[in-house]
Amino acid sequence: MSKCRNLIATTALATLAAAPVLAQEFGLGRAALPEEIEAWDVAVLPDGTGLPEGQGDVYDGEEAWINNCAACHGDFAEGAGAWPVVAGGDGTLTDARPVKTVGSYWPYLSTVFDYVHRSMPFGAAQILTYDETYAITAYILYSNGIVEDDFVLSNENFTEVVMPNVDGFIIDDRMETEFPLFVTEPCMSDCSAPVEITKRATDIAVTPAFPRLLLDGTVLEPGATLEEASAQGTATDAAPMEEAAAEPAAEEVQVASLDPAMVEAGERAFRQCRSCHQVGDGARNGTGPTLNGIVGNVAGQVDGFRYSPAFVEKAEEGHVWTEESLDAFLENPRDYIERNRMAFRGVRDADERAALIAYLTSYSN
Amino acid sequence: MTDQSNDAPRKAGGASRRDFLRTAGLAAGGAALGATGARANTPDPLITEVQPYASFTGEAVDATPYGMPIHYEEHVVRRNVEWLTADPISSINFTPIHALEGTITPQGCAFERHHSGAIEMSKQEYRLMINGLVDRPLVFTFADLMRLPRESRVAFCECAANSGMEWGGAQLNGVQFTHGMIHNMEYIGVPLRVLLEEAGVQPEGKWIFVEGHDASSNGRSIPLEKAMDDCLVAFYANGEALRMEHGYPVRLIVPGWEGNMWVKWLRRIGVYDQAVEAREETSKYTDLLANGIARKWTWEMDAKSVVTSPSPQTPASHGPGPMVITGLAWSGRGKITRVDVSTDGGANWVEARIAGDAQSMALTRFYVDHVWDGKPMLLQSRAVDETGYVQPTKDQLRAVRGLNSIYHNNGIQTWYVNENGEAENVEVS
Repeated sequence: MSKCRNLIATTALATLAAAPVLAQEFGLGRAALPEEIEAWDVAVLPDGTGLPEGQGDVYDGEEAWINNCAACHGDFAEGAGAWPVVAGGDGTLTDARPVKTVGSYWPYLSTVFDYVHRSMPFGAAQILTYDETYAITAYILYSNGIVEDDFVLSNENFTEVVMPNVDGFIIDDRMETEFPLFVTEPCMSDCSAPVEITKRATDIAVTPAFPRLLLDGTVLEPGATLEEASAQGTATDAAPMEEAAAEPAAEEVQVASLDPAMVEAGERAFRQCRSCHQVGDGARNGTGPTLNGIVGNVAGQVDGFRYSPAFVEKAEEGHVWTEESLDAFLENPRDYIERNRMAFRGVRDADERAALIAYLTSYSN
Repeated sequence: MTDQSNDAPRKAGGASRRDFLRTAGLAAGGAALGATGARANTPDPLITEVQPYASFTGEAVDATPYGMPIHYEEHVVRRNVEWLTADPISSINFTPIHALEGTITPQGCAFERHHSGAIEMSKQEYRLMINGLVDRPLVFTFADLMRLPRESRVAFCECAANSGMEWGGAQLNGVQFTHGMIHNMEYIGVPLRVLLEEAGVQPEGKWIFVEGHDASSNGRSIPLEKAMDDCLVAFYANGEALRMEHGYPVRLIVPGWEGNMWVKWLRRIGVYDQAVEAREETSKYTDLLANGIARKWTWEMDAKSVVTSPSPQTPASHGPGPMVITGLAWSGRGKITRVDVSTDGGANWVEARIAGDAQSMALTRFYVDHVWDGKPMLLQSRAVDETGYVQPTKDQLRAVRGLNSIYHNNGIQTWYVNENGEAENVEVS
């Protein structure tokens, strides 16, 4: 009986807490539940606020790093392609080309843990456990020469780690250093001797090609000169649009045997892949290889892509990507090819996998 | 019979359209020859002949339930500089400010910056949590937000890295690329203050940390004073729902402060007694000085301006005589009070005409009604804001900051305009 009364009393309190009309002006929104706060409030602060219980060592960190991070950041955190370099760069901050890494630049270790746990790996964020995050953070410290290889990082010793560049930051001082210089009465005439051109962007030539737009509506395509413009008049014509209209017809023939709805569903599902993989005309290798022609072909065959040893082995075995083998791989990439570097948790839903395979088939043969 | 009579004008229209293009070409050529004389030798067929559009009917009302710009304007689009980033999913593109006028940026061509791609989230899926040092941790739905008092304001959003490629010297040849990481919209939303008051910020609460629903979450710390001052939790821009690429259904507006803080797909507002010091406010968006020390918390965007036309993408191909020199000016510290323009690389200046009433922390349009003598020009603009701050030259900035601060380059831009009216990004002595 008393238990029941307590329950009622608690419920009444909860109701009050959810709608404390006296304290809230509008009384909109509802009380956030502890489970909801735990799920979303994962921020970790420099003083250790928000650190979850857990631990990880450099050795486990290396394995987790190879599986989840190395494809973009290199086996030793040295970076790959244009992706960020995570280790090294000591003493380069005054160089012409500073190398800003966790070791050389980041002031707080909490930032590493927070970012790795909430935002990495790119394209499959929020899959790392707390222990894996501790381990990867430990490995990053090790790669930067901040700890030894027997180091174990945990919530207990986390705040004892001091980052090399912790004192390398000042709070915005523009009001003190720049305002006195730039709050002046501007000069209006004879402010300088006649000036000369010292640098030209056209000498560097790194700007993508662009059309130029003239006052009368003429569009000068890249490379066209003003003289050509006055000779040809309005440059726009209908031809390119006709070509564009013709294209889909060719594609339709190619995918005739596939269910267009499946291909379309696959295109949507492919969003989870496209941070690493490109497909279609003009596809280029990125973090992962291009996927044109993958269905029905031997694994590990894309020119110019540096496959992991695990994939090279599969290629040598002559492993063919059939609908069945792709399905098994996509369901659990880590188990299907052990120690491969694709940082992707897999697709649990069988229909979604079928759609993805249909989509990839539309770019095969 | 009916079919045939309906069909005939369409065919005629089609044939006439090609004729029209040829005729227009001739007319344009004639106009170019007589640019200063303003006298026609032969009657203009565009005037003397009945044009197809003056005889046949045009598109019906429902041709485009949501309209796009007419195809003649198809070049006015966002553009990307591929080599700037590792991947287009974590990247940026640029607003075509060379081809826009006025101050409001249409959403469809306003620059995009994503850290892990633009996500597709419905209003029904949307949740906003406020927790931390508050009396009442709360969860709001989109419908909740729509029931709270709304405000509107126009604000520019400029990426801190806008013009960041120009620290080492003139590099990108077009104002879209040098200055296009900016847009300016009229936002409607709930003042952040209202939401924080609903949750009840505790006395120890000095900072908020805002993060997004997307995989990057892009969290940033904002001091409570700013949060309680003029920030908006916005759901409309330029009269319609936010576009997906700008954070549909809800983004944060932080007037005058760097664009990275304008968190899209706003998911959580945590109240803290300190800054979180997340990745985007330590590793990135900090300004490395020549001495190896970096400035952090450089939130305000300094006063800045640029001539948008003529510029490399919009040459002054009309020849000598009257012309409009126009551009944009803005300041993260208040209103633009004045813009000066030089045609000789900064030796002599004239005060530009500001269009309409300059609004605080919003793009301001300026004009100089210039009579061009046809000689080469070195065009510059220089903004002054209500604090008295005068936009510095790039060299003045370099003297204080060195070459590696990446962010907050608000130095004066120079366009070299040659005799033909072609413009180029240069730096001058």
